Amino acid sequence: MSMKKISKTGFGEFITHIINTDGNVYGVQAKTEAKGDRFAFGPLTSADDLRLDYDVTLSPPKKYLLPPKETLVKYEVGGGYESSICKCKSILIGVHPYDLVAIKQMDELFSQDEYDTHYMTRRRNTTIIACDVAKASPNVFASSMGTATVTDGYDILLTDIGGAYVAHAATEKGEALLTEAAPSAGDATEADIAARKAVQDKNDTGLNQHELKCGPADIPGLLEKGYDSPVWEEKAATCYSCGSCNLTCPTCYCFDVQDDVAWSLKEGARHRAWDGCLLENFANVAGDHNFRKKREARYRHRLYRKGSYIPKKLGGEIACVGCGRCVGACLPDIANPVAVYNQLLEETK
Amino acid sequence: MCECSCADKKDIYLPALATVSKQELLNDTEMYLHLQLDSGEPLGHAAGQFVEVSVAGLGEAPISVSSSPTQDGFELVVRNVGSVTNAIHNLKAGDKLGIRGPYGSGYGIDELKGKDLVFICGGIGLVPQRSLINYVIDNRGDFGAVTILQGTKDYTQRFFTDELARWDAMDDITMLETIDEAHPEWSGNVGVVTTLIPKIDIDLTQAAILVCGPPIMYKFVLITMKEKNVAKENIFVNLERRMKCGVGKCGHCQMNGQYVCQSGPVYRYSDLDNIPEAI
Ligand SMILES: Cc1cc2nc3c(=O)[nH]c(=O)nc-3n(C[C@H](O)[C@H](O)[C@H](O)COP(=O)(O)OP(=O)(O)OC[C@H]3O[C@@H](n4cnc5c(N)ncnc54)[C@H](O)[C@@H]3O)c2cc1C
Ligand code: SF4
Ligand code: SF4
Ligand code: FES
Repeated sequence: MSMKKISKTGFGEFITHIINTDGNVYGVQAKTEAKGDRFAFGPLTSADDLRLDYDVTLSPPKKYLLPPKETLVKYEVGGGYESSICKCKSILIGVHPYDLVAIKQMDELFSQDEYDTHYMTRRRNTTIIACDVAKASPNVFASSMGTATVTDGYDILLTDIGGAYVAHAATEKGEALLTEAAPSAGDATEADIAARKAVQDKNDTGLNQHELKCGPADIPGLLEKGYDSPVWEEKAATCYSCGSCNLTCPTCYCFDVQDDVAWSLKEGARHRAWDGCLLENFANVAGDHNFRKKREARYRHRLYRKGSYIPKKLGGEIACVGCGRCVGACLPDIANPVAVYNQLLEETK
Repeated sequence: MCECSCADKKDIYLPALATVSKQELLNDTEMYLHLQLDSGEPLGHAAGQFVEVSVAGLGEAPISVSSSPTQDGFELVVRNVGSVTNAIHNLKAGDKLGIRGPYGSGYGIDELKGKDLVFICGGIGLVPQRSLINYVIDNRGDFGAVTILQGTKDYTQRFFTDELARWDAMDDITMLETIDEAHPEWSGNVGVVTTLIPKIDIDLTQAAILVCGPPIMYKFVLITMKEKNVAKENIFVNLERRMKCGVGKCGHCQMNGQYVCQSGPVYRYSDLDNIPEAI
């Protein structure tokens, strides 16, 4: 597939064309705060609002594929059930490589065994224009996780090489979009491609504010030995069970299922809504029996899901992509997976 | 236009309709239902599997299929503990319910063939076990001696008493029953279910032991089985967890790396060795 060069002015036209021709376009934008800019995905209405120089978004782009609340089925009370599947098309602009890895993992998890048509329909109707990271966030450790750069999982990948972007189309969909929306873009030269590689090489080692002292492939082995480690109780001692670490995580996908009835009491809908294994009642059953009553058991479960249980479903891939969002979201500062894995490494030395 | 080919894939969250053909309150808390899928198809379950029962406007609850696959239609027994289960208690014959499933792995029937079977049931633990008990009765030649132990907290909570009496009357089934606390109407054994274990007159080490009851019961039964030198490979437990999706996605039923909705709820006890969250 092609590798094009888009000048910065040509880029504005490219984005404007997409905004004008496609329905739901979401891109990274700034929210200016006292401490500086914070970034978030949101509906994009002007090319000028797009900020591909961002470091990390507050919440991951997951919400466009697995919405915080989504209707699964509708029904008439006392009658039949009907599937509710969203077939709207959307384009996400500015997805970072680590978030792409998380999306690829969800694609696998929602399609393996029992095929989830709700997630998969949204996914297939979503076009992803990714971008290489231009600035490291305060807590990113994607380099440690091998997720700082990617070679697939996107339709188009943009890399800022200074005066221009290099755009790589990886799918037919991406190729067509590039041809249509950036008709004047020429092929990238060897020098452009080298500049692109330089950005990626830098990220491969430079997005590493917390350094994992082993390879990601060593994590399942560490956890196999660390189940009774003191680290769980130590860390969880100050856990609020607030679930922020679940909420901000691009790889967390647990959900609750709830019913809502309309005011008429005649019809209603069943939704799924994000849930979190750190929340106190996540594993409750009738009779007030809680299978993970203790904070440390819930805290440990999250780290085991990331580093041991989910990898078994993903051919060994670790379900933490090193975005660092949980690190920033956790008030008592205990959620950092690297700190836990490194401590286990120390203990097993 | 949707760009995918998923239109031909079925929606795993879409319930099918079933109609209540019969209902009966078995005691203060247990409602029995006999159902038939509106499609006319059999449910197609294996003994030990469960369904997600759906009440529009309230939600879903995982409920074991209590009938044997050899029977017509299917049966559920539901205890009223919350919103969905209370609504199920209000159903009448002719009413509709949503059903997803069957889910879970059930009892591995092939592994049990030829073996002596000992069912140890506590309270509504009888409900899922009954699917296998009646399957065994309908395929009696495929299995060895059958012993059923049923323990109930108090006399008024006993249910399926006619069926228990029928099993008791069968020559090739040993039926032992106990209640936790003495009652004027009760002349049988008094004490928890483990007090019946010494009365079993077959070689426990050669039998398959099938256990289902409240979490506390497992602890005591498993201690007793250890004392009797029963190998963990020969013990099968039926575990409850919170479940939402029933299809390995929502994460609620997870016990360590296992999804109980898929690999359970029946487990060979030896397979739980590396699953500290199990019991
Ligand atoms: C595999 C399996 C088989 C089961 N078989 C039977 C059966 O044959 N008969 C029977 O009566 N019950 C059975 N149960 C238990 C039954 O699913 C719960 O009692 C039911 O889900 C409660 O739903 P509710 O809406 O009535 O209660 P709610 O109003 O939702 O809540 C009441 C209480 O139930 C707990 N609870 C909520 N959702 C669940 C859930 N999904 N699973 C367990 N507890 C929950 C809540 O924490 C609360 O304490 C089974 C459970 C499992 C996992
Ligand atoms: S680890 Fe931190 S973010 Fe997660 S639940 Fe505990 S306090 Fe909240
Ligand atoms: S566990 Fe934390 S660092 Fe890892 S992917 Fe989730 S939010 Fe990001
Ligand atoms: S019930 Fe949802 S994963 Fe098992």
